Amino acid sequence: MSARPGSAPMLEARALTRHYRLPGGHFAKRGVVRALDGVSFTLHAGRTLAVVGESGSGKSTLARQVTMIETPTSGELLLDGRDVARATAAERRALRPQVQMVFQNPYASLNPRRTVGALLEEPLAIQRRGSRAERREAALTMLANVGLRPEHASRYPHMFSGGQRQRIAVARALMLNPRLVVADEPISALDVSTQAQVLNLLADLQQAFGVAYLFIAHNLQVVRLIADDVIVMHHGEAVEQGPKDAIFDDPRHPYTKALLASTPSIHRRRRNKPS
Amino acid sequence: MPDVAPAVLAMPSGTDAVPPSRAREFWRAFSQNRGAVVGLALGGVLVVLALAADGIAPHSPIEQFRDFELAPPFWHAGGTLRFPLGTDAVGRDILSRIVYGTRLSLLIGTISVAISLTLGSVLGLLAGYFRGIVDTAIMRLMDVMLALPSLLLAIAVVAILGPGLINAMYAIAIVLLPHYVRLARAAVIAEAGREYVTSSRIAGAGALRLMFATILPNCMAPLIVQATLGFSNAILDAAALGFLGLGAQPPTPEWGAMLASALEFIERAPWVVTSPGLAILVTVLAFNLTGDGLRDALDPKLRRSMA
Amino acid sequence: MNDRAAPLVDVRDLAVDFGTPTHPLPAVEGVDLAIEAGEIVGLVGESGSGKSVTALALMGLVDAPGRVHAARMQFAGRDLMNLRDDARRAIAGRDIAMIFQDPHASLDPCYTVGYQLDEAIRLHGDAGERASKTKRRARACALLREVDIREPEARLHAYPHQLSGGMAQRVMIAIALAGRPRLLIADEPTTALDVTVQAQVLALLSRLRAERAMAILLITHDLAVVAETADRVVVMYAGQVMETGRVPEIFDAPRHPYTQALLDALPDHEPGRTRLRTIPGVVPGARDRPAGCLLAPRCAFAADRCAASRPALRMLAPHVGVRCHFPLGAG
Repeated sequence: MSARPGSAPMLEARALTRHYRLPGGHFAKRGVVRALDGVSFTLHAGRTLAVVGESGSGKSTLARQVTMIETPTSGELLLDGRDVARATAAERRALRPQVQMVFQNPYASLNPRRTVGALLEEPLAIQRRGSRAERREAALTMLANVGLRPEHASRYPHMFSGGQRQRIAVARALMLNPRLVVADEPISALDVSTQAQVLNLLADLQQAFGVAYLFIAHNLQVVRLIADDVIVMHHGEAVEQGPKDAIFDDPRHPYTKALLASTPSIHRRRRNKPS
Repeated sequence: MPDVAPAVLAMPSGTDAVPPSRAREFWRAFSQNRGAVVGLALGGVLVVLALAADGIAPHSPIEQFRDFELAPPFWHAGGTLRFPLGTDAVGRDILSRIVYGTRLSLLIGTISVAISLTLGSVLGLLAGYFRGIVDTAIMRLMDVMLALPSLLLAIAVVAILGPGLINAMYAIAIVLLPHYVRLARAAVIAEAGREYVTSSRIAGAGALRLMFATILPNCMAPLIVQATLGFSNAILDAAALGFLGLGAQPPTPEWGAMLASALEFIERAPWVVTSPGLAILVTVLAFNLTGDGLRDALDPKLRRSMA
Repeated sequence: MNDRAAPLVDVRDLAVDFGTPTHPLPAVEGVDLAIEAGEIVGLVGESGSGKSVTALALMGLVDAPGRVHAARMQFAGRDLMNLRDDARRAIAGRDIAMIFQDPHASLDPCYTVGYQLDEAIRLHGDAGERASKTKRRARACALLREVDIREPEARLHAYPHQLSGGMAQRVMIAIALAGRPRLLIADEPTTALDVTVQAQVLALLSRLRAERAMAILLITHDLAVVAETADRVVVMYAGQVMETGRVPEIFDAPRHPYTQALLDALPDHEPGRTRLRTIPGVVPGARDRPAGCLLAPRCAFAADRCAASRPALRMLAPHVGVRCHFPLGAG
C-alpha cells in the first residue's frame, strides 16, 4: 500500500531527543545518558516503518516517546500535524486511542488476573465506548479476527501458549481502532513457526484495518519481509534510513553494513567453516 | 469499529480441552500440603464453635457457681461431668468460657487484621505507585512504628484510648500496620513496572484505575498470606494485652485475661491455666498452618501453566 | 570424518521422562545421537522439542523426578549410564563442558571472573596448572586471551554484572575450556546476544573447534545459525528426532515435512514472498501426544497411516535419516 504522493504523514518526528539523568548522590556530578539523540522520520497511514538496532540503540526509548508514556527532552513529535510532545496531560489522554502498543514479552504483557474477554473489553471500558453488551460483542469479533474462538474469552492468559498470547495482545491493541500500533519486538520471544504465524497475522490485519506499524526489531530478515521503510539506530542516533530496498541493496553506513554482514542467513553457507 | 475479518488463518488452537477452573486449581495446590488441610479443618471447627457457642457451651460463661470453685476436670478425683474442664477461682465453667472465648478471639483476629490489611494495602499502594515524597513520608512513618517493640506500642495505644476489647483491637491493628504497608509497597513496585500495567496506561487508564483495578489484584497473594499469619499474631497480642489487664476486662471470657487471672493457681489448680493456654496454641497453630498452605498455593512460581 | 572409528558421542534410544512411573510424561523419546570428534552438530528444535533435555541427560544433569533410559550412552568409548557419580563428574565438566543461554544467569554474581576461572582450573585443570596460585592465574589469563578478551589481567577482577552480554558469554566459554574438553555443549549460546556479537561468538566457537579439534553440540532454534556454522543437523520435534542430515544438503532438499516447515518460516528462505507458509496448530504437550506420528495432526501431507502408526527413524546413509512414512522428495 503506497502513500499518495504529497499526502501529509500521519506521524512525523523532528530531532526527537530524550536524555536520562543518571542517579547520583547529592554530592556527585550527575551524568546524562543520551538514549535518543536527534531522530527524525515520517510515517504515512497504513505503512510499516521498521526500527532496527541492537541493545542500547534507543529503539525502546523511541517506542516510549511515540506511545506518549514519556515526554521527549527536546524535538517535536507530530501526530496529524499536532505536536504531542508539548501536549498537556488532558490532550494526551484524548490522543491515546490513536496510538497503541504490542510488547515483546507475551508472558508479561497480559494482566494475569483478567480473563481474555475482560482484557479485550478493558480499553473500551476505559475510554467509555459502547454499552457492556457492545463491548462484549466487539471483543468477540476481534478475538475471531486474530484466529481465536469465542470460548477463549472466558479463560485466563496463563492457559495459552506464547503465540496465542501474542495474538491476544495484538487484538487488545486494535480494540480502540488506532491509527498506529507500535510493535516492540513482538515476535522475538516466540518459536520460529509461531513467529511466521504472527507475522502473517500482522500483515493481514494491516490490510484489513489500514493501521500503520512502527515495528521495532533486531532481526533484519524479518524487517525485510514486512517493512516499507527502515531506520537503523545505533547509540541513540538514526545512522541510516530510507525505503527498505535501498537499505538492503545499497547500505551506506558502516554500521548498517556490519548489521547485514552479521545477520545469519540460510543461504549464506560455510561462513564459519574451515576452508 | 470496522467490520470483521479479512481472510484470517483458521487456527486450531491447541487448548481444546476445558481447563479446570481457578478454584479447582487452587484447591489442588493447597491440598498438597497436609498440614494446611489440617489447619483449615481446625479453623473450621473453631468457626463453628464461635458461631454456635450458645448451643454448644453447657453454661453461661459468666455465671458463677460458688459451690464449685476451683473444681478439677472430670477425669480427676473430685471432678464432675457437669463442669467437664473444671471451674475457675469464682466458680465459672471453664469449658463454656473457652467456647465463648473462641468468639472473641476470632473477632479480634478478624477485625484487627481487616483494618490493618485495608489500611496497609492502601498506604503501600500509594507509596509504591507514586514514589518520591509520598513514598518517603509513608515509609519513614512506618519505620518509626517498627522501631518500637510491638507490645510496647500496643500498650501505649491502649493507654491513650483506655482499656477494653475494642480499643485493644485498634491497638493491634496499628501494631500490625507497618508489615502490610511494606509488603504491599514491595509488591506494587515490582508489578508497577510490568508490561501489562504499561499496556493499561497506554489504553488511557488513569492513576486510580491503574492502582486499584490493575496493580492491586496482582499484589494480593503475599498480602493474603500475611493476613492469615497476622491473624495468629493478633490473637497472641490480644492475649498479651488481656494478660496485662489492658484488653478485655473481667468477666469477659477472653483467653489471655483468663490466663492472667489464673496464674496464681498454677500449682494448686493447673487446669485453670492449661485450658486457655491450649486454646490459644491450637488456634494459632491452625491459622499458621493454613497460612503456610496458602503461601505455597498462591506462589506463582509453583503454579504449572496449561499450555 | 572417519565413520569406521567409534564416534566420540554415541547415544542410542535415549528416553527421558518426568511425572510418575505410572503416568510418565515423556520429554525425550527414542533419540539417537552420534557426534564425531571435532565436528559441529546442530541440534535444532522449538520449545518442547526436548533438545535441552537431551543435552542435560548427556551431562547427567537430569534430576529426580526425571528418569533417563538409554540403550547406549557412550563417550569416547566409556559407558556413561553405569558410571559412579564421581567418575561421571570427572567426565562431565572436564571432557564434556556446557555453556548456557544467559551468561549472566550462569555466572555467579557474587564472585569475580578471576575467582570463577580459578575454581574451574582447580577442578579440571591438569596437575601442572593447578599447582600454585600464580600458575592458575597464568592459565586464567591464557584462557581469556584465547576467547579474544583483551587485557585479561584487568578483567580477572571484574564482576559479572560489569560485563556486557557478549563478554560474559566469552568468559563462560573460557571457563568451559579450562578442562580442555573434547566436546562442548552450547545450549542456545547466542540467543540472548545482539546480532553483531552473535556473529563474533559463533566465529569464536568455529575457531576453537579448528584449533582444539573440539566437537561442539550447538543447540539452537535458529536454522540460519546452524546453516552457517554446523557440519550436520539433527532436527527434533516433541521429543523425537525427525530428521538428520548434512549441511547444506538438508536445507537444499529436506526430507521431513517439519524441516520444510521450519525453512518456510524463515523470512529469507524464499526472498520475494510477502507471506510465509505456516503450519497450523501448536506442539503437543506432554499430556496429549498423538498415538501415531507426532506431527500428523498438523502435517499437510498426513494420511491415515500417519495417524495410526508412529514411523521409525530410517537411516538412508551414515548420519542421514528421516522419521516419516512419506518423506519429501525421493524418499
